[in-house]
Parts: sequence; C-alpha cells; structure tokens
Amino acid sequence: MRFLQHPGVARLVTSLATLAGVAVLVFVMLRAIPGDQITANLGTEAAALTPEQLAALEAYYGIDQPLVVQFFTWLGQVFQGNLGFSSRAQLPVWDLIAMTAPVTLELALLSIVIALAVGVPIGMLAASGRDKARDLVGQAIALVGLSIPAFLLATVLLTSSSTAWQFNPNGLGYAAPWVDLGLNLQQMLMPALTLGLGIAAPIIRTTRTAVLDIRGLDFIRTAKAKGVGPQLLQRRHILRNALVPIVTMTGLQFGYLLGGAVVVEQVFSLPGIGRQVLIGIQQKEYAVVQSTVLIIAVAFVLVNLVTDAVYRLVDPRVRAA
Amino acid sequence: MSQIRMRALAGVVGLGLALSACATTTGTGSAGSTGSSAPGTAGPAGANPNATLVVGITTDPNSLNPWKATQFQAVNVLETMYNSLTQFDKDLKVVPSLAESWTTAADGKTVTVKLRQGVTFADGSALDAADVKFSLDKIKDPATAAVAAASLASVTTVTVKDPATVELTLSGPDAALASNLASLNLSILPSEATDATYATAPNGTGPFQFVSRVPNQSVSVKRNDAYWGDKAKAAKLEFRVIPEESAIVSAVQSGNVHIASLKDPLVAKTASASNVTIVKTPQLNYHVLQLNATKGALTDVNVRLAIQCGIDRKQVLDTAALGEGEVTGPNTSPAYKSDPNARPCPTRDVAKAKDYLAKSGKTNVVVKTIVSQGEYATSVNEAQNVQAQLKDVGISLELEVMESGAYVKKWVAADFEAAIALNGGRPDPDGAYSRYFISTGNLNKVAGYSSPALDQLFAQGKATTDYTARKEIYKKVDAELENKAVWVWLFTGYGYTATAKGVSGFEPNPTGSFRSLAATGVS
Repeated sequence: MRFLQHPGVARLVTSLATLAGVAVLVFVMLRAIPGDQITANLGTEAAALTPEQLAALEAYYGIDQPLVVQFFTWLGQVFQGNLGFSSRAQLPVWDLIAMTAPVTLELALLSIVIALAVGVPIGMLAASGRDKARDLVGQAIALVGLSIPAFLLATVLLTSSSTAWQFNPNGLGYAAPWVDLGLNLQQMLMPALTLGLGIAAPIIRTTRTAVLDIRGLDFIRTAKAKGVGPQLLQRRHILRNALVPIVTMTGLQFGYLLGGAVVVEQVFSLPGIGRQVLIGIQQKEYAVVQSTVLIIAVAFVLVNLVTDAVYRLVDPRVRAA
Repeated sequence: MSQIRMRALAGVVGLGLALSACATTTGTGSAGSTGSSAPGTAGPAGANPNATLVVGITTDPNSLNPWKATQFQAVNVLETMYNSLTQFDKDLKVVPSLAESWTTAADGKTVTVKLRQGVTFADGSALDAADVKFSLDKIKDPATAAVAAASLASVTTVTVKDPATVELTLSGPDAALASNLASLNLSILPSEATDATYATAPNGTGPFQFVSRVPNQSVSVKRNDAYWGDKAKAAKLEFRVIPEESAIVSAVQSGNVHIASLKDPLVAKTASASNVTIVKTPQLNYHVLQLNATKGALTDVNVRLAIQCGIDRKQVLDTAALGEGEVTGPNTSPAYKSDPNARPCPTRDVAKAKDYLAKSGKTNVVVKTIVSQGEYATSVNEAQNVQAQLKDVGISLELEVMESGAYVKKWVAADFEAAIALNGGRPDPDGAYSRYFISTGNLNKVAGYSSPALDQLFAQGKATTDYTARKEIYKKVDAELENKAVWVWLFTGYGYTATAKGVSGFEPNPTGSFRSLAATGVS
C-alpha cells in the first residue's frame, strides 16, 4: 500500500475525486434551475400542451425517468465514451466539443501570450523603481485592467471599430484557422486583447511583488557583490526566481479561460465552449451541459498537473523535494 | 355551396373570411395567378441575383421541425423553406398559399380545399393531397406534440378526394380556421417525412431550400428554382448567429450583415447611422399585466378595476420602453383593433381607483407579481413603474423578478396572482384569445378568468363568417374583458428591422414574419 503515499498517486486520487464531485454538482445544480427542456423550447406555449403531448415530449427528452436513473444512465454512457446527444443541434456532444474546444483553446493561448507579454515587463519595470513614477504607472495600469469589466471593454472595442473604421471581422461568421488563418487571427484580435489585458493585471501585480521579494534576498546582494551586471541579474537571478508565482498565476488564469470566456465569446460571436455551456443551460440540454462541464473540469485538472510540472522545470528546489 | 376565389378575397377587408359560406363572390382573378398576391412581389432595383444575403439572428434555431418551432428565430429561418395552406399578406389578410382556393359548405361543417398544382418539395417530389392529409393528421396526433394541434381542434377528419383536393370535416363552423392554417406550425411536409428527416434536413415547398447548418454559428439556404411563386431575389441566405443585438448592429454598420430584426428599443435607438436604415413596425405582441382572478384579492372585480384605473399606460410605455409603442386594448390585429379608450378608465384616475378599492372593502391589498428577467428588455422597468403607480392607490405589488426559466415554470402552472407578460398576438381574435378565455381553452388556467358570457361570445365569433358581424362580436368580447378588468392591457411595442446599404425589397410585418426575405435583394 506504500504506493498510495506517492505524491503522484495522491494527486491522481484527488483529481478523480474532484471530477466525481463536479459531475454530481453539475447534475444537481442543473436540476435545481426551474424549468426543463420542454419549457425552454416552447416557453409559455408549454402551458398549451395536452397531458398526452407532454408525456410524449418527456419521453423524447428522457426526463420522464427518475433522477437517479438519469444520472447513472448519463455517467454510464460517459464511461463508454458517449457524452450524449444534443437534440437542439442534432449532433453528438463530442462533435459539438470538437467544434467549440479549439476556438476556446486558441483564444485562451492568445490571451495568455498577450497577458504575459504585457504583464511581465510592466511588473518588472514597476518593481525596478519601487514607489517611483514607473511603479505608480505600472500599478495604475494593473488597477485599470482589473477594474474595467470585460463586457464593457469588449463592447466598446467592437462598437468603435465598426463605426469608425468599418472593421468588424467578427461580423463575418467564424473562420477556423485551417480555413482562413488571416481572418481567424483578425477575429481573435479584439477578444484576445480584451481577455489578455484583463489577465495582464494580476500578472503585473504578481510579477511586481515577486520581483520585489527576490530583490531583497541575500543571494541578490551576493550576486551584485560578485559583480553580476544589471541585465544578467534581472534575467537570471531575479526573474528566474520570481517565475514560480508567475507560473502559478498564469496556470490558474489559463485554466479559467479553458472554461470559456462566456461574455467575450458572446459579444464577439465566437462559437467557443463557454457559449456552448451557456446555450446548453438556457435550453436546459442537460447532457450537453453535464458532459461539456466535465470535459472542462478534466482540462482544468490537466492544466494544474502541467503547472506543477512546470514548477519542477523552473525551480530546482521543487525537483529536489 | 359557394365558391370563393382567393384572389378576390385578398381584396376583402378582414381576416378569416375565407371560410365564408354566404359572402358574395366578388372579383374574378385567376386562381392560377394568386402567387403574385404573395407578400413582397415588387422587384428590388439593382439586386444582384447571385448575391448571398446575410441575416443576423441572436441564436440559432432550437428546432428545424416546423411543427414544433415556437422560438422566434427558428420560425424566421423555417419560414423561408416551408409553406402552409394559407398565408398572410403584409396587411395580415389571409391569402392562398399551397391551397389555391377553398369552399365551405352552407352548414360550415365541410371545407373543400383545392391544392395549387405544380408545387414540388425541395427533394423534387410533387405536392399532393396525401401530403396534406399526412401533415394535418400528424399535427393532430398527440404523440407528435405539435404546438398548433389545438388550431385544428375543430377538424375531425381529413379526407383525400383526389390528388388535388382535400376535404376537411369540421365539428362546427370555424371562421378562424383559414387564419389559423397560415401558421408555420401547420406547414405541409411530404408524406414520407419522418422525425429524423424533418429534424435535420428540412424539405419544404418554400422559396428557399436547406443547404447546411453549423450549430451556434449559421444556417444556409439557397434559392429554390422550382418555387411555385416569385423566385427569390437572392441566390443564398445565410442566417448568421450573433448573440448580442448590439453586436448585430455593429455587424450591420460594418456591412458584414445585411439585415436583422431587433427587439430592444434601446439598441434600435442607438443603431441609426449613416449606412444603416432602421424601420419600425407595430407588433401584434402585447405587453400586459395579467391578473389571475382565481387568486387572493383579485377574485374581487373591484380590486381588479382599482388596479386598472390606477395605471397610466402611457407612463408605463414612456418609462419602460422609451415611448416606443402604442397603448393598446385586447385585440392588436389591424382588422379587429380594440379601441384603447373603450375601457372603464381610459386615463389614470386615482380617485376612481380608490373608490373601487373602498367598494371592495379590502385594505392592505398585496398582489404577488411575477416578472421575467432577460426574456425581453422592458419587463423589469414595466413592473417597477406599475408598482410605483399602484402604490398611490394603496395597492402593493410584490414583485418576484426571476430568470425566464423560473418565470415560465410559474406561468405555465398558473402559480401567480399577477404577471408582467409579453404575449404573442395573432391576426385573428379567436386564435388570439379563445384559448385563454373560453372555459375549455388550453390556456384558461393561466388566464385565470372565464364566464358564460365570454364562452357564448367566442362561440358566436367562431360561427360567424361575416366580417362586420364578427367585428361587433369581438367588440363585445373587448368590453367584457375591459369592464371586468380581467387583465390590464398596457401597450404594443415595435419590431425594428435594421438594413445595410444596398438592401431592398424587405417588407416588415406585424407578426415579425421573415417571409418577405424571398423578395429581398442586395446589390
């Protein structure tokens, strides 16, 4: 039984427990929302259904079964690799995920790249002159980034670019990168900027704090005393040591992004996974929401595992432990 | 039996006259040419016959089955591909569609429908009487769960007389039948259609044919070159899903979307730009404070009258909807429009309201009111304004603002004392209200009111085919509804159509129908 004490095994067990928890929670929460697929589809017209019609529809949507049966039927199918079927889209949920996940993944990656490209240099710059003008400016940028809601920034970007320059690639209908890479990148530009600037804010703060912490440590003084130049000092001694919290923050934000940035996907009409869940909830397509959220949870768990692995890469102390 | 050519009917004011057994036959237009009476026949100048017209919609259809589609966007998309036996023209008059003409027996109990000849489905098969019988029977079958099954309640049997003729046997005269038959939910499908085929591959007789659908992104249709009426002006239509109305406006401004219908008056007001045209059309849908006369203090007619007199409808319209609409009575269709001044308190009268309340002998009246959030833009503002106004009368509206799913659940179960609602209007008053206010109506539980007088009036209205006589009957219905303060009808809003430069030929419709997309071109 000693293998159970291996950190990897423990990690795996907690991950599986998390997924099981997510499965139950989503199932229960979905049922707690009033209404079902019939009322979601027909709206108030559902009141006009005769009992016979209602029974026919309940059987069609599989909501005539007891909840426990519904849950285990769904879970059993998931274990067999069948995530369910969307009666609205007339497609298996796998197919829907295959369409939407790449959109969200691309958006998440681009947003993180923008966030890092903006956040880390500003954070380092701010830290390099504590309480000086550049620090205040850096912190002000972070504050603004945190305070502007994504929906507002998104709407302002979209409206102003379409009225001022008639530039609105997102109005053209989504183009996958393998169909039209140029158009695809144009369509990703504004949403990735919106998300990237929002995420840059916590990265600025994390970077600044981490760098300031490291700069005060003894080994930096030693390095300076040894005559290490400022460039090398910043890069090799300070930034490398400050990377752990930055990686943590980035991994966390990336995980959230994989859940789909619903608001941004909505405003820029990107058919991502967040919108898929939103529409699933609106239409009460239980299988779609349950399975998609489960897949998102799996992705989140995986990102966390990868983040752990990156720690080992950037910090030898973690490796030693 | 008197034969009525439908071409002639198109010129008669009034709806539902088509089943008239005794109306004089006027006009002699050739039935074969009735296709030209379809809406939007004027050819747009400079339209490119090879163009793809892009239509912005906020969500993709939740069903491609025309018998089950109630969602606005689904109806709009499917209307381009399907036809019913009748249809409405732009003035909401019933005109022929797949039925070329129909005659009603003197006793009103048999309707013989002559089908248009040379009509084919998208798959090339010809329309015949068997398809009509199949469709109507299937819609009536409870197992289909078709939403318009109740519209055919008076139809007992459908008989194929010959490939071009169908006979409908009715349980009694039904003056609303022709109007009801125009619904997309009564579309005619080929008799080979199965659940699987109509859910994924629409196969109708409309001006466009299904091409493809990408869930949550788009639906594409192409011109049906074998269409029986005027051929579509655009080679293709792409219904493009853009979830936010403001983002749709941006897309129209940048020219990426050609046409879209908008619901939110605020968005529509901000949408006007040099290269965008916004047209507003009065809608049949009406905003109403539904009172449930079976619950609490509302069982007392004086309390209901106090509420009615305590509300300035114009103020509700102005505050909640930026004044974008008109104060309305029960009937919103042009041919049967109610007079909004024919009611106990046409303008707000707080003193009279207090009198009514005193007459009821009730104090501390609290009315639990359900309000949906997110379903349409103005709901919460309407509720808050009505609440503030009724406070002056001494009536307290306890608002339960909830997510639309929760609201629908309560509404469907009639689990409310009052409800702020936006209800769908219909061109025919019987179609609009009999389901609510006759005691056996399938929505009577939700309406919360019925009376022998209303039952009798609706029965008369259904049996009367003469327009003038019928109009008088529904005036009496209006009076009954208003004098008993059954509900408080507030206002009708506008529908907005945003079009980009170069788009021509689109005729907006009070039902919100997109049928005239066939006549719309883009340069």
